[in-house]
Amino acid sequence: MRTYLAKRLLLIVPTLLGVASLVFLIMRVIPGDVALLILGGDGGNIDQAQLVAMHRELGLDQPLLVQFGTWLWGVLRFDFGTSLWTGQPVVEELLIRLPLSLELAFLATGVSVLIAIPLGMLAAARQDTWVDYVVRVISIGGLAIPSFWVGILVILLLVIYFGWGPPLEFTPPWVDPWANFQQMVWPVLTVGYRYAAVTTRMTRSTVLEVLREDYIRTAWAKGLAERVIVIRHALKNAMLPVITLIGTEFAFLIGGLVVTETVFTLNGVGRFVVDAVAHRDYPVVQALVFVIAFGFVIVNLLIDLTYAWFDPRIRYR
Amino acid sequence: MSVQYPLVQVRVSEPLAPRLTFAEEVVKFVRTKPLGAAGALVVLAMLFVAVFVEALTRYDPYQGDYALQFARPSAEHWFGTDEFGRDLLTRIMYGARIALFVGFTASFAGCTLGALLGVLSAYWGGTLDLLLERLMDVLLAFPQLILALAIASILGPAVQNVVVAIAIPVIPRVARVVRATALSVKEHQYVEAVQALGASRPRVVLRHIIPNIMAPYLIMLTAQLGAAILAEAALSYLGLGTAEPTPSWGLMLSGSAASYAEKAPWIALFPGIAISLAVFGFNLFGDSLRDALDPKLRRG
Repeated sequence: MRTYLAKRLLLIVPTLLGVASLVFLIMRVIPGDVALLILGGDGGNIDQAQLVAMHRELGLDQPLLVQFGTWLWGVLRFDFGTSLWTGQPVVEELLIRLPLSLELAFLATGVSVLIAIPLGMLAAARQDTWVDYVVRVISIGGLAIPSFWVGILVILLLVIYFGWGPPLEFTPPWVDPWANFQQMVWPVLTVGYRYAAVTTRMTRSTVLEVLREDYIRTAWAKGLAERVIVIRHALKNAMLPVITLIGTEFAFLIGGLVVTETVFTLNGVGRFVVDAVAHRDYPVVQALVFVIAFGFVIVNLLIDLTYAWFDPRIRYR
Repeated sequence: MSVQYPLVQVRVSEPLAPRLTFAEEVVKFVRTKPLGAAGALVVLAMLFVAVFVEALTRYDPYQGDYALQFARPSAEHWFGTDEFGRDLLTRIMYGARIALFVGFTASFAGCTLGALLGVLSAYWGGTLDLLLERLMDVLLAFPQLILALAIASILGPAVQNVVVAIAIPVIPRVARVVRATALSVKEHQYVEAVQALGASRPRVVLRHIIPNIMAPYLIMLTAQLGAAILAEAALSYLGLGTAEPTPSWGLMLSGSAASYAEKAPWIALFPGIAISLAVFGFNLFGDSLRDALDPKLRRG
């Protein structure tokens, strides 16, 4: 177990280094110049001296390798530099937006699990009956309907029929839970439905597989109640792939909420990334990609570690 | 609620069952998988519309008629018109072309490249395997949106660039699955046998390993089709995909659609229905295909 953990933690290093180099490279290949954007010109009437001075001020006159080295050294000390666009430390900018995205990701995952596992289990236990068909249609529908479209429709209905408008400022739950709830409930439900669809399908198919196992037949033969068989015997053994899926989806959510944040005009990490790329704000994009990738890798490691808890036969080597 | 288990199960084993003709296979698929057949119907209808769209409509998808801005759905314009007075139904039908093109090319390119890398990784092993695996880790952890943003900024917003942006994130996922399958295929005795007979490496890979990873490849390919159509819609909606005036479904929902929605809700309604229906069809079909191909999920 200890060697396994050490090996896994060690493997994180090349992955993150690869991600860091990739984003650094991509940002430098993208045409566009933050200095030009800051100076506010379309390139036509900016004098060269000003541009050179701005490049020096932002540190963009250094060779690429030096820039990369400086940035990596900063990351090791948890210093992600300052935003070229706003001049604020990147960490501060990030801390304003991260709570919103994390809350959205957590709540949406929670909602999806609460919907998906009972429904998936039910559909599997009643395979090929109308219950199964209804659940499958609902879940395939959730996969098919674009979440931004659901968002647009929800907002339209709320605006037209209830005169509701999306609040502009994010209120953290610890400041005013009710205001936070009003703001988050629709985005959470929109995203939650989509992810519930994915998880329901996975739960259904894994429970179906497990229900064909011999020990389930033994459990029937013992005369156990169906509820006990499905929940206690089948579900727990069917959970491994489901947990993997939930975890992976959650890891994707942290960086993948842009569409939802755009529809509901929420100022989260996703929109921050898009704006930063538009401004060619290298430090911000690099930091965000790094943080998102780090979150992804850590969540994946945690998923793998929970396997042993669900299935004690699993040993880590 | 009790489940009855028959005491004796008599089944004709697979190789002894009579070989079905193509028509019989189709009939069997429709009878045993009604949902899958419905999905196939949607896919076929979409293909039909995409191919014959010129003959199906007399309006132009790009040329608007300002006298007809925001026309309500009527006998003339079934789905109404948009802010430029363009017929919405016509644009949605032309949109089927874009959706199908992106869906097929992106999932085919992504899955094929992923499968090839997966096979290479599994068969050659060693350092190559290690390097490819790490590369896949990096691609998996890299946020898809940044990739799409970067590709749109470097190559410009065009349909073929959207294909690249959607295909790349597919590669590591397929590579993982195929690598795992190829690793187990590689250990089979028939592979050892042909190697002992002196078959060259390319021959082993092409003739013996690749045919045996076709099932997971096909499953991932069909599963990816709907997802790719959805991704195109989302990227276009964000302004990172196709550019105006391309009749892309996602683009039709972006920007103007929401702001005009109170006046002309049909602009925001019909493209969304088109996306959902298309992805729904592809998913239903892909799902049933998987059930049919995966013997574990067959009802015993």
